[in-house]
Amino acid sequence: MTDLFSKFDPLIELRTNLLAHGQEDPFNLVMERVISPTEAVCNGRPTILLGTYNYMGMTFDPDVIEAGKQALDDFGSGTTGSRVLNGTYAGHRAVEDALKEFYGMDHAMVFSTGYQANLGIISTVAGKGDYIVLDIDSHASIWDGCKMGDAEVVPFKHNDIEAMEKRLKRIPEGAGKLVVLEGVYSMLGDIAPLKEMIRVAKDNGAMVLVDEAHSMGFIGPNGRGVAEDQGVLDQVDFVIGTFSKSVGTVGGFCVSNHPKFEILRLVCRPYVFTASLPPSVVHTASTSIRKLMHAGNKRAHLWENSRVLHQGLRDKGFQLGTEKAESAIIAVIMPDLEKGAAMWEALLKEGLYVNLARPPATPANMTLLRCSLCAEHTAEQVQTIIGMFERAGKAVGII
Amino acid sequence: MDRAATAEKIAGIIEPFNKKGVEITDASTFAGDLEFDSLTVMDFVAAIEDEFDIIISMNQQAEIETYGQLIDAVVKLQG
Ligand SMILES: Cc1ncc(COP(=O)(O)O)c(C=O)c1O
Repeated sequence: MTDLFSKFDPLIELRTNLLAHGQEDPFNLVMERVISPTEAVCNGRPTILLGTYNYMGMTFDPDVIEAGKQALDDFGSGTTGSRVLNGTYAGHRAVEDALKEFYGMDHAMVFSTGYQANLGIISTVAGKGDYIVLDIDSHASIWDGCKMGDAEVVPFKHNDIEAMEKRLKRIPEGAGKLVVLEGVYSMLGDIAPLKEMIRVAKDNGAMVLVDEAHSMGFIGPNGRGVAEDQGVLDQVDFVIGTFSKSVGTVGGFCVSNHPKFEILRLVCRPYVFTASLPPSVVHTASTSIRKLMHAGNKRAHLWENSRVLHQGLRDKGFQLGTEKAESAIIAVIMPDLEKGAAMWEALLKEGLYVNLARPPATPANMTLLRCSLCAEHTAEQVQTIIGMFERAGKAVGII
Repeated sequence: MDRAATAEKIAGIIEPFNKKGVEITDASTFAGDLEFDSLTVMDFVAAIEDEFDIIISMNQQAEIETYGQLIDAVVKLQG
């Protein structure tokens, strides 16, 4: 039968073939019980979690949980409305205040997800006749924000400063320019040379947006991200972030020093035409963000975990996405999707959960097993993980 | 640069990307006949942009399906 779903047939076939090899479905795993930020029961097995974005382990922080419970009691389960109508509660203001303090910036705008923050800010700020210059490996939410707006969209090769500069220089005189970058690119876990890129962007009269989804709380002296770490946060016009990773709940935001920033609350459709976050979520978020301001020891331990795992996997003979650990994401490159899926399953049977990532989400058609570390992983857990990788890698024939 | 000269330059640029040695006419499509995937498209577009010192935005790329359309677009973009 041919209908609107026929276009999905190749994907359905790929999936069916993969599962026919007796594999557990990598995209259908259920965590039946979550014991801590680093342990859960998955498909019936006790499992070490190495594929979450719970970098700072805030999901079970007692203060964070208490704040959420209190908010449920005090404000109810949901707002039932948009931020601009009945959806702004004390907690929304409080979390925006926490963000302003966390980043040392004048304005903060909270969205219901990070996806919507990118969608909203990019599509609203860059309009008809403007140009968006962005890295080709940008997150889907950035691409979708470009697609939703009316600006001309000009991608450049990943992290290639010269390619970016050439394109900026070719933009017609007088057109508005927005450069969109990420701090950490989540597929390979590599970081951007923001210092040089932002200098080039500014020299060419562009505004700069940096998505720091995977660096918040962890990278930089105060956990403000890669731009802070490279000393250029004051040059960034818009920082996009999310509550779904280090903060440990759900939600997205943009912080900025632009004097006219607040007008976006009236013109940004993904902000206006959707319900605001529930009170429990914004209260857990602001408690978590405030604790992340003072999490220097946790940051140090997470760096240690990241470096030890990177070195350990390399020593065992795995091919990794970066030369050194640049973030809390370590990407292990698989020879192909079949081997990758087999390795994923072997690890799950060992009791380890990692992310299987495949094209089109990955650059250069790679299949990756992405490991993301948590500040709550113990040094022993990291050693256990390396042992699991070694056994699974030998069983599947990758090392 | 006129259409003929532009076409000649583009013919030189596309050669290394035409791995299967498909015979190219103005009607050849990039996705279908030439089997360009998204990575190849990116590298090929970058090569064209650098050669002619122009920008072919994603919005413009969406309108270009055939080799002939590309030549026309590049002629136009050179102003
Ligand atoms: C770089 C980047 N930006 C934005 C998002 C979207 O964040 P959220 O999960 O809050 O929608 C993600 C996460 O998926 C991401 O990796």
